[in-house]
Amino acid sequence: MIETMLPDLAPAYGEILMAIGAMALLMLGVFRGNSSTGFVSLMAAALMIVTLFFTVTWQEGAVYTFGDMFVVDRFTSFMKMLVLIASALAVLMSMQYFRDEQEERFEYPILILLATLGMMVMVSANDLMSLYMGLELQSLSLYVLASIRRDSELATEAGLKYFVLGALSSGILLFGSSLIYGFVGTTNFTVIGTNLAQAGAHGPDIGVIIGMVLVLAGLAFKISAVPFHMWTPDVYQGAPTPVTAFFAVAPKVAALALLVRVLYVPFGELAHSWTQVIVFMSLASMVLGAVAAVVQTNIKRMMAYSSIGHVGFALVGLAAGSQEGVRGLVIYMTIYLVMNVGAFACILSMRRKDGMVEEINDLSGLAQTRPGMAAALAIFMLSLAGIPPLAGFWGKWFVFKAVIATAVADPMATNYGLITLAVIGVIASVVGAYYYLNVVKVMFFDKPEEEFMAPKTRKLGAIMGIGAALLILFSLPQVNSPVLDYARMAAAALIS
Amino acid sequence: MEIGLVHYLTVAAMLFTIGIFGIFLNRKNVIIILMSVELILLAVNINFVAFSSYLNDMVGQIFTMFILTVAAGEAAIGLAILVIYFRNRGSIAVEDIRLMKG
Repeated sequence: MIETMLPDLAPAYGEILMAIGAMALLMLGVFRGNSSTGFVSLMAAALMIVTLFFTVTWQEGAVYTFGDMFVVDRFTSFMKMLVLIASALAVLMSMQYFRDEQEERFEYPILILLATLGMMVMVSANDLMSLYMGLELQSLSLYVLASIRRDSELATEAGLKYFVLGALSSGILLFGSSLIYGFVGTTNFTVIGTNLAQAGAHGPDIGVIIGMVLVLAGLAFKISAVPFHMWTPDVYQGAPTPVTAFFAVAPKVAALALLVRVLYVPFGELAHSWTQVIVFMSLASMVLGAVAAVVQTNIKRMMAYSSIGHVGFALVGLAAGSQEGVRGLVIYMTIYLVMNVGAFACILSMRRKDGMVEEINDLSGLAQTRPGMAAALAIFMLSLAGIPPLAGFWGKWFVFKAVIATAVADPMATNYGLITLAVIGVIASVVGAYYYLNVVKVMFFDKPEEEFMAPKTRKLGAIMGIGAALLILFSLPQVNSPVLDYARMAAAALIS
Repeated sequence: MEIGLVHYLTVAAMLFTIGIFGIFLNRKNVIIILMSVELILLAVNINFVAFSSYLNDMVGQIFTMFILTVAAGEAAIGLAILVIYFRNRGSIAVEDIRLMKG
């Protein structure tokens, strides 16, 4: 008799709940039609909150299951928490938009649920196979989301561009995976790590290095780091605003978490090879994010370049190659989440009688017509620029502190140009402040334009208020110590 | 002459390169881009099966099954996006995909 053995399901309860919930909501939507969109959206957000409790309450050390393909530890639970919060807020923020546009579709919250499920699998992946399946579940949902307004020329063009470049990046990543599999003989991250550690003096095969660089390139597409960023501005501009708000946070957090795990667990031995690549991508992203955003007039396009720059800053923490650096990255992404969700809550409130507006000039004189929103957006912009004492400054502080610490502790590491990286990073941050301050200037000192329509829902206002308060109060130890402590534990789970 | 691992890897590398160039050099038609994407995935599958047979390890072939499944889904979504794009614009020429720039 064949004995069937179920794998240990407990670490994956959150994912299983999400999958079953998404299917149940899909059935509900199919039978009730688009009139059930509001209910399905609320249920989707509730489902993510419930899943959040499953992941946050996970207090054990690293647990592997499904034949070591799936791992849960402090790092994954922290990153999943960020992903789930960002996705739940994205669903809640989008409800009024689609109602106003009379484009309500019950598929929208379900696609976000499935994309979030993909992201959770990505974060927990401990095998090239689970990495690929999670990444594709996320990407396929995102392609559809980008073009969900199928009568809009801009949205369909954005979807097409995103699809072509996304599929290309998945192909590159897969080709790298196949080389790694062939030259190491396994797809499991942990085993790859131990095999490479035993490779000894003659070092790893050149095939492994090529494979690793291809995987790195594929993941750089997903986090939109330079030189693989070219899809970002077009997709952010063309996609409907709530979709952009979703794109800007959750997928980036998940892809960065995946990148950190791939670099430290299987390829920790090859740090000397990938540090140079990360340093280059980080430098180029910071500089491009600062320079190219200056000439933008569309606020969504500006936010796209801003997000490219912020990924550059987060990668500084990765370039440091230390536990402190990963901790900096985790803190950075937490603060990035609050800043971007808040900023997009403001952008989603930019509505006049004849529809949404998205030019920076449409904000002029906002301080006189809608002082509360102007104050909140000013705080988000100043925080994105990294002006102390707002939280954005502390995010940059922790990554730069980590990279300087590495450079000072090990003089050889300066070969990678870590000091140069920090100096150019700070300069890029100052240059980037120009376009954030420009938004503030337009809001407070330009002649008022026609007033925006009064918000029909309190959700956006509440998100703006809470976000701005968190950013201001981050300097207080009561607010920042939980984040800093959990980030330390998350980083410690990955590197000792 | 015996056909060995190196031959398979060479074919796969060539297919992969043709796929990449097909995406970047093609200025005519989006369908060709979709074909190039399929070509890239095909190259990856050849790589996996060749390595799997060489290493006497099943994992590569299981991975190939997953890739085939996902590739089908990806092609379906790609064609669906292409159809709605064509409805809006009446053209699928690559040069026309440039409403947004800068």
